[in-house]
Amino acid sequence: MTFGQRSEQRFWMNGSVVTGMLLATLVCSVAVAADDESVRLGAGDPVVEFINAKIRQGWTDNEVMPSPAAEDAEWLRRVYLDIVGHIPPVEEIEAFLKDKDKSKRAKVIEKLLEDPGYVRNFTTVWTNNCIGQQTPRFVSRAGMEKFFREAFGRNRPWNEVVYDLVAADGHYEQNGAVNYLLAQMQDNDDGVQATAMTARLFLGLQVQCTQCHNHPFNDWKQDQFWQFNSFFRQAQKREHRKFNPQTGQMEDDYAEIVFRDFDGPVYYEKRNGAMQVAFPIFEGHEIDSGASSDRRVEFAKLITSGEKPLIASAMVNRTWGHFFSYGFTRPIDDMGPHNPSTHPELLDRLTEEFVKSGYDVKQLIRWIANSEAYSLTSKFGTKNTHDSPGAGETALFSHMYIKPMRAEQLYDSLIVATNAHRSGRSGWEESERQRQQWLQQFVRAFGNDMAEESNNFDGTIPQALMMMNTNPRPQGGDATLMSGAVSLESGSHLAELLAGPGGEAQKIQQLFLTSLSRMPTRSELNGMQKFLRANRDPRMALQDMFWALLNSNEFILVH
Amino acid sequence: MHLPTPAGMNRRHFMRHLAASAATIPALNFISHVQANAAQLKRNNKACILMWMSGGPPTIDIWDLKPGSKNGGEFKPISTKGNLQISEHMPKTAQVMDKLSVVRAMSTREADHGRGRYYMHTSYVPNPTVVHPAFGSVVSYEVGTKRKELEIPAFVSIGGGGSSPGFLGMSHSPFLVDTSGRIRNADMGDLEPARLNQRLEMLGVIEDGFIKSQRGEYPQAHKDIYQKAVNLMTSQQMEAFKVDQESPETLAMYTGAPAQGGMMGGGGQFGRGLLMARRLVEAGVPFIEIDFGGWDLHNNVFDTLKNQRLPQLDAGIAGLVADLTQRGMIDDVTLVWMGEFGRTPRINQDVGRDHWAASWSVMIGGGGLNGGVAVGETDKDGTSIASGKSYLPGDIWATVARQMGIPLDTVHTSKRGRPMRIANGGSPIQELIS
Repeated sequence: MTFGQRSEQRFWMNGSVVTGMLLATLVCSVAVAADDESVRLGAGDPVVEFINAKIRQGWTDNEVMPSPAAEDAEWLRRVYLDIVGHIPPVEEIEAFLKDKDKSKRAKVIEKLLEDPGYVRNFTTVWTNNCIGQQTPRFVSRAGMEKFFREAFGRNRPWNEVVYDLVAADGHYEQNGAVNYLLAQMQDNDDGVQATAMTARLFLGLQVQCTQCHNHPFNDWKQDQFWQFNSFFRQAQKREHRKFNPQTGQMEDDYAEIVFRDFDGPVYYEKRNGAMQVAFPIFEGHEIDSGASSDRRVEFAKLITSGEKPLIASAMVNRTWGHFFSYGFTRPIDDMGPHNPSTHPELLDRLTEEFVKSGYDVKQLIRWIANSEAYSLTSKFGTKNTHDSPGAGETALFSHMYIKPMRAEQLYDSLIVATNAHRSGRSGWEESERQRQQWLQQFVRAFGNDMAEESNNFDGTIPQALMMMNTNPRPQGGDATLMSGAVSLESGSHLAELLAGPGGEAQKIQQLFLTSLSRMPTRSELNGMQKFLRANRDPRMALQDMFWALLNSNEFILVH
Repeated sequence: MHLPTPAGMNRRHFMRHLAASAATIPALNFISHVQANAAQLKRNNKACILMWMSGGPPTIDIWDLKPGSKNGGEFKPISTKGNLQISEHMPKTAQVMDKLSVVRAMSTREADHGRGRYYMHTSYVPNPTVVHPAFGSVVSYEVGTKRKELEIPAFVSIGGGGSSPGFLGMSHSPFLVDTSGRIRNADMGDLEPARLNQRLEMLGVIEDGFIKSQRGEYPQAHKDIYQKAVNLMTSQQMEAFKVDQESPETLAMYTGAPAQGGMMGGGGQFGRGLLMARRLVEAGVPFIEIDFGGWDLHNNVFDTLKNQRLPQLDAGIAGLVADLTQRGMIDDVTLVWMGEFGRTPRINQDVGRDHWAASWSVMIGGGGLNGGVAVGETDKDGTSIASGKSYLPGDIWATVARQMGIPLDTVHTSKRGRPMRIANGGSPIQELIS
């Protein structure tokens, strides 16, 4: 009996046991309250308990009722995207849904933190933070990635990572850390951009406005910007070119950061035209401004020491924001008394614990991901509709805030959804090349949001077209990823599905599961079956359905 | 344009067919937008065409010649229909200079390609705090959003890289096409319309379910973007990108005589781009940028200009102005010609000119501005501004804003809440508007 015969009876009678059971589980499952015993998270960890208590306090104070806990499928998809950067493979979903262990969520968090995907995902995030999504000239993305791969792979203490980035010198592939400064020194601007970025990214301080004037809202003064800046004046970017005998042209070879002789103060101009001097001072600590001291090394020491340094609170805030879309402050990198955080005691305690843990990034993630707030559904109800930071309200974390996938998450999820990761059709190098090529095009269509946090859905028409197009050889474009994703050629995901066991309903369910990580609802199933029956060739209908699933808002949003 | 029309069915039929099948699915009534017809669009749509000379053009050899100076170079000035002289290698343009003016007192201080490009496009110098929008994005934001009948993007960039919409958001980013009018990924190959329709119907079922599940604004925003993409693909206005629908005579007007046909492959691209721009203006697009590169002439400047750059430039500008004039559009379309900066008056050892931002020219015309005017002047060697007043990109864009009816007290707010005046508070150039 072929698939085309579409026997409903056949599906119910002969359907694969696993899928059948799965459907039953989902149909019966109902939303569980956050404190339901069936969802046990981080039980007993005092830090997690503290997070939960403080977040609950915020709910009480603001008279909101939290949304219920997310169903297993919703939660699993989210935690995969947040920790390893792609949607869960089907077999993982099936295993998780069947698992009756009450601590299964905590177990998954542990497992994902040991997954190579964790290293890759956080490497991507921090590489983009440090050098942008589009690699500037004379910057090595590979070098920057190698540095972060090692940092996250070995779970290096965050203070050491920051120290290395700020103090780095040398060749951009031998010491990948230098790529941060290389990328921030594009303009030969005396380290102005490097100063502003270091403050924002690692210290959670926005001092860039004070380059030209005292800050209108906070205590930052113009002289502090230039004191900061003076630490970077001994860094020099050196670009090397080489002759290519084949083309007869000079080509970019490599870049490095070298020590530049510089001593004394930095000079800057007040708005009234008066010239001022600034010496290397950070938080009241002044270092020797003579030629013999290495200012960046001194700076790295100053910012990475102490009981609650800014690098710790900045990292806590950013990591919280990674999981919840919003940090404790907005913008996430503008912290300080002028901009009170939503949960000051919580931010404070997490900062303290993060330092005590030895700047253990995995531990920080463990605390956050095991919290009650992280386990909630993204659906909101009548009692927490105004918990909507997107509309400018204070974030109370009474439901999960939805966020669009990053370009890399989208690409890697498409690979998982279409099983391309298992088929091994091309080698690692080739698949990495294809990934980069796709990402470059997508980033062009998507924009680079490093400079500005985006609170709107910034999808563009070119990006939608890129996702919609399944033409294998489009004019004016590269072969589309989507053409392969919905291909019916032998060896493709759809071809395997079609050849596999199960009736039409099961195939629909499989496609929902691989793309949306959940089973279709009854009405979705009925709707899709109607489409299938209206088609002469059900293979085409199935292909169109897969296209629709991969193009849907539910697919591209992390929820 | 990229939806292939099935054999035996003309485009109109095909559209009706799509309309008929979509009518059964109210959630996807994308077809209601296809009725708009370029010819029915209101006339008098103000627009701006930016001719972007990527690389930094030697304006001293084009618009502001210095005969008799050691910096003068090989070219002689010729008289024009306007009240100014230009290069002898711009003879066709000379005949339309009554419609065009040259601001000869630009002084812009950014002499690096990236920074100059940013400054000239945005009126702001690069700043680590904020990404400013290119003026095309400003027009998209101020004018494009008010043109409800417009289904194609309000800022189209032909043959160039993108400039950034900055804090105005990605929906105001330039829409990139090449000079053949091809749009990346709009060519859906041999996908049958019925299949696309089915895909969109299925998509509607899935998306609507997610929208109803109460998760905030994103799910609906995603649907809206797809709706726009589908509207675009099925829009009659997409015809505007098809330069090939023009007669060979019209194309020749923009690219030079057919005798120069040998250059048509690569050489006619600027003219094709300008012709497409005119079609886009007719379709209601308020801002079009055409990228014409190859001006970074550190060596061999005169031969390159004489034999390669200027013949195309001359034919393109002259053709565009003549065509707009014939069609009664010239007073509605402001033309701006600029690069990142000018080039050194001093001729270097490789018979080239290097980067120079202190004293150079921008051409601006049409749009109801005074034509044939030279605004300001440089000294006899071209090395400094001799007229006292000098001009910044903000003055150029303020002039354009005025002619397009965008109020000059318009203020945009960056995502961090900082107010930014349109065109960085520049002023319209008096000699051009009084």
